[in-house]
Amino acid sequence: MSDSEPEAMAEADGVPSTKLPPHLELRRTRVLCKVDAPDNTDTIQYSGAYASLGHENSLRFADFCKDFRVDITRISDDDMEFDVVSVDPSIANAFRRILLAELPIMAIENVLIANNTSVVQDEVLAHRLGLIPIKVDPRLFDYLSENDTPNEKNTIVFKLHGSEFLKTYESLTSTSKPETYTSFTCSQDSMPEFAGNPIRVYPDIIISKLGFGQEIELEAHAVKGVGKTHAKWSPVATCWYRMLPEVELMEEIEGEKADVLKQKCAAKVFEIEDLADGKKRATVARPRACTLCRECIRDGEDWEKAYILTLS
Amino acid sequence: MEHTSFGDQRNATFSLAEEDHTLANALRFTLNQDPRVIICGYSIPHPSEARVNVRVQTTGDPAREVLKDACQDLMLMCQHIGGTFNKAVNDSRMKSPPDNDSSQGMDSD
Repeated sequence: MSDSEPEAMAEADGVPSTKLPPHLELRRTRVLCKVDAPDNTDTIQYSGAYASLGHENSLRFADFCKDFRVDITRISDDDMEFDVVSVDPSIANAFRRILLAELPIMAIENVLIANNTSVVQDEVLAHRLGLIPIKVDPRLFDYLSENDTPNEKNTIVFKLHGSEFLKTYESLTSTSKPETYTSFTCSQDSMPEFAGNPIRVYPDIIISKLGFGQEIELEAHAVKGVGKTHAKWSPVATCWYRMLPEVELMEEIEGEKADVLKQKCAAKVFEIEDLADGKKRATVARPRACTLCRECIRDGEDWEKAYILTLS
Repeated sequence: MEHTSFGDQRNATFSLAEEDHTLANALRFTLNQDPRVIICGYSIPHPSEARVNVRVQTTGDPAREVLKDACQDLMLMCQHIGGTFNKAVNDSRMKSPPDNDSSQGMDSD
């Protein structure tokens, strides 16, 4: 009756998220990668976007916590690759930007050169020294501003003395000897935080090559900074994200066409599967390897295929 | 800094100094997810100047409250992401000790 209908509607709306019809769900969560251009690239963030359908597009924190997941694909000392599920690209991009530009690290800033008779100019040498990575935890240090005097809490002093004449070299070491021009009241070697993790520099980086009779003697100060100021203070070599490709064949690809398809893909995304009655069929074996080169849909052949990048 | 009219607390433009797309885009996302928000967007008046203008129009609550709530939500989300990530790293470290190959690139999907 006319009374019970509004009630039924109200109950339906009380359910937190009515399911969207499949084409809208596709639009909400996927970016399509078509032959000429990607389609559907905007994320539908607006909370009232599907209001007329009764679907709630706003994000509750509890729902976010429930859906969110991190899967680590590989991890090593130097690099890692991981999947983040159910996060918006704006958040992922914010993390990428922060990793590149806003994480502090120690790098050489001031170089006091006592003697440089090598073929590398002073400023080029200083530039190269600045780019050398230093193995130390930057959280143990403070920033050095213009008004501060350098002390053991905000600067690391390195000494470099290489002489081809004498056929000796001391590689870049954090000094505890009192030979440097700058010395602090308390050396970092004696501080308890560094007891387990001494400050180290990677040993196999070539700074400059010396010919006979050439010598370099200098002292370098490393301070804390962020990548925004200069790229030497960027803690990562690089950092990037992409959306996970999901490849779907819209129709069955069999026989000859399956072979052609498998050949086309340079990333070996497709595999041939043998069916019982002697026919062959193409399947998607490694969607993750897809580089979106669109080689397989380029010729506009009669099969339809859409690559879909998952948003979540 | 907030530019708003005296009587109407619902609509306002917030000018944030020393910020860029990193915060602004993420903030725009969390603002959009709030059901009280009608319109929200951000713009960068000039790329050489580190300043972001965030525009918020709401259904009735004062705009600055909604913005503060969105910032809080963003902080909570990031904390949750950080916690889950740390846990995932520890779990994977326990399962297999890290090996020393040096290739570059971090990839998050």
